[in-house]
Amino acid sequence: MTARSVLQQADIARALTRISHEILESNRGSSDLVLLGIPTRGVILARRIAGILDSIEPGSGTVGSLDVTMYRDDLAKNPTRAPSPTDIPAGGIDGKTVILVDDVLYSGRTIRAALDALSDLGRPRAVRLAALVDRGHRELPIRADFVGKNLPTSTDERINVRLLETDGEEGVTIQ
Amino acid sequence: MRHLLSTRDLRRDEVVALLDIAEDMADVSGREIKKLPALRGKTVVNLFFEDSTRTRVSFEVAAKRLSADVINFSAKGSSVSKGESLKDTAQTLAAMGADAVVIRHGASGAPRVLADSGWIDAGIVNAGDGTHEHPTQALLDAFTIRKRLHGVASRGRGLDGVAVTIVGDILHSRVARSNVWLLTTLGAHVSLVAPATLLPVDTRHWPVTVGYDLDIAIDSAPDVVMMLRIQSERMNAAFFPNAREYSREWGLGDDRVDRLPAASMVMHPGPMNRGLEISAAAADSVQSTVLEQVANGVSIRMAVLYSLLAGSDS
Amino acid sequence: MSIHVKGAVLPDGSNRDLFIDNGVFVDAAPAGATVIDASGLLALPGLVDLHTHLREPGFEQSETVLTGSRAAAAGGYTAVFAMANTMPVQDTAGVVEQVQSLGERHGYVTVRPIGAVTAGLAGERLAEIGAMAQSRAQVRVFSDDGHCVHDALLMRRALEYVKTFGGVVAQHAQEPRLTVGAQLNEGALSGELGLVGWPAVAEESIIARDVLLAHHVGARLHVCHISTAGSVEVIRWAKARGVDVTAEVTPHHLLLTEELARGYDARFKVNPPLRRDEDVHALRAALADGTIDIVATDHAPHPLEAKDCAWDEAANGMVGLESALSVVHAAVVESGQLNWSDVARVMSSRPAEIGLLDGYAAPFAVGSPAHLTLYDTAATRTFAVEDLRGKSVNSPYLGRTLPGRVVATLHRGQPTVLEGELVPADVVAAGDRG
Repeated sequence: MTARSVLQQADIARALTRISHEILESNRGSSDLVLLGIPTRGVILARRIAGILDSIEPGSGTVGSLDVTMYRDDLAKNPTRAPSPTDIPAGGIDGKTVILVDDVLYSGRTIRAALDALSDLGRPRAVRLAALVDRGHRELPIRADFVGKNLPTSTDERINVRLLETDGEEGVTIQ
Repeated sequence: MRHLLSTRDLRRDEVVALLDIAEDMADVSGREIKKLPALRGKTVVNLFFEDSTRTRVSFEVAAKRLSADVINFSAKGSSVSKGESLKDTAQTLAAMGADAVVIRHGASGAPRVLADSGWIDAGIVNAGDGTHEHPTQALLDAFTIRKRLHGVASRGRGLDGVAVTIVGDILHSRVARSNVWLLTTLGAHVSLVAPATLLPVDTRHWPVTVGYDLDIAIDSAPDVVMMLRIQSERMNAAFFPNAREYSREWGLGDDRVDRLPAASMVMHPGPMNRGLEISAAAADSVQSTVLEQVANGVSIRMAVLYSLLAGSDS
Repeated sequence: MSIHVKGAVLPDGSNRDLFIDNGVFVDAAPAGATVIDASGLLALPGLVDLHTHLREPGFEQSETVLTGSRAAAAGGYTAVFAMANTMPVQDTAGVVEQVQSLGERHGYVTVRPIGAVTAGLAGERLAEIGAMAQSRAQVRVFSDDGHCVHDALLMRRALEYVKTFGGVVAQHAQEPRLTVGAQLNEGALSGELGLVGWPAVAEESIIARDVLLAHHVGARLHVCHISTAGSVEVIRWAKARGVDVTAEVTPHHLLLTEELARGYDARFKVNPPLRRDEDVHALRAALADGTIDIVATDHAPHPLEAKDCAWDEAANGMVGLESALSVVHAAVVESGQLNWSDVARVMSSRPAEIGLLDGYAAPFAVGSPAHLTLYDTAATRTFAVEDLRGKSVNSPYLGRTLPGRVVATLHRGQPTVLEGELVPADVVAAGDRG
């Protein structure tokens, strides 16, 4: 099956810049913002967004990672997954606005697991969700607050997000 | 991973992956809510034919932190102390729906027999069998060494080039056997020091060097000195003349600790005989990792139970 | 009953028909003889096992004289020597006569009881050796098998006292203090598996002592199941010095090594333990050059639960009667070290000679008792539980491919096995009496 390019490097950069501005706008200043990326590529996107936030409002981009492996509802259905580190910034998440960052939003089950994981770590004032791509087909009542691109797909299509840090190249394809 | 029976079966990448998972588990243990839902609905049975409160509690805490249900099936006061066979016990546990059995048994190879028997389908974790192996102890020792050496940068690393000296009753020690295979798999250089009576007769094929003189070993400035417990019953079976002589020749006394480099680690699997194989000062020194070993035991056992039970490949 | 065995090949390779009448070989076909077509089959003299555990009286859940006799017949045996470790112990005339008569009643094989050397196998004082020798059972072989007569003075007395009655002491050579709790050959593997080692020296030192004692008192000594290259050296040295010593090896020590214990499968737990590859090769060579005199099975039946457990907790021993000939075939005949005449010697005439059992000195000769085994040397089979005819299934060979198959066994002219199947017990019992 051939892969069709839907976002190129420049598109991704533009999308992340727009998301960053939207985050700042909707939070009217960002002193209590904590960006938590969901491994693996969500962490990279979170770091990039934090970098952009920092360049707009210095000191605003607190970033970390949140591993959801242990909270997944499909653990027993797949081969054992190796978990990734969870890295919560020094100030914790209590009373903060947490922005969860993931590359692709699909069934919503990963985000459900992330919400459970968060509740074991503390009590944020609010939790928002940013995704580079929203491909639809939600199975849970979850929606993203900040979306890079909405991509209508069929369930038998695959979305591949490739980032320089993990894949040596950059782009989003559909196949 | 289907079972954990011996460290000899483990490849380097498997061990590093286990130690890395244990790092994540250790992070959880530092949180206010020390619990993960990963093994919700799974049943872990602690089947202890020998008393070992420390190991049993460590496995119990590990299983509970992963939200598994834990059943303790201990020898004292149960049918296993009344002559019920391993087979009958295993079939009983199978009927109860055990997903994993953590077994401590006085007979070498009992976990392997259980795993191969077909009596029970559960994953089997060897929590110490006779004088054979104690894989989770060796894993936690490796984890402890790696953590002391590399701190937060531990993930992904082995123990390449680390010099480890294991001292004491090698012949009867399951901890020593598991460590010999595991630490060398991770790239460490292992040497054994003991009186000839407490060494296996033929260790030519072991990936270790063997010596009798602890002072020579100490003066070679090893990164790790691991002291083994001397069981009191050895003293009555002519393995050595008496405790005084053993302590003088093979005990880690104050003078020997003083000669160790400041960065060397002093390890002991516990429980310690203070004043026999290890002096009180050595046990409580900054070089001692004894308490870290206990804490790390929970993380390692969480990693093992997670690897055995979480996925569908088990 | 008269029988015409047609077309068998004898151990020396010659081809001739055998005629049996009234339990002995005769020189021509009796009128109306039943014909057994043996074309292409090897005719061996009936096999003699100097070392069998029949377990009755006392351990009938493992084996009885009847079931053990049937296992023996299925393996091509016509005589077995039943070890003394029954309950009660075969240490009095009464018990040995009981075992002897059970054997006679069933008729599958000749059962010769072995008497205990010491009362209750306790190793403290001599059993009533004279009474057993002079009983109807006429015991000639005495052994505490399972236990070593380790007290040097008691062993000296036993050798001398048994000599008085023309018998022989069969020693289970195992220095007890060197083998406290022993589980597996002491060496690299025992150290790795964490099993208490059973050092070769514990066997060799007792054999060395015993051959010197036997020489000193001018007695005959038989050494049970030798298992190490060092034991072979000691026996070879003793024979060269003129010591009146004979030695046996089990089929399993000729084929299997300690490596099989790696998975802690208790079917491979036996005493003396399986040894190293070097030992197996030394034992084969010693059997070929006559240093070791005979093969004896040490057939040791155990109930399932005695093996379905952890290694330390499992009983020692393997069943071996049904598989012995095939295992010897695989271990030393296929390698070219023994021919079939050698096999007839080490599994029939020589064990009979050591045990003072009549009727095996001149196999196939006219007038000799018709003890006969027909063996298909060309067959191969995957050894299975169905091949076991005793009460227990603790065979180390299950699932292993073995050469050869016993097609027929005749005990004193009475078929006990025909076309590979046991002849029913009532037929055998009636025939034997007739």
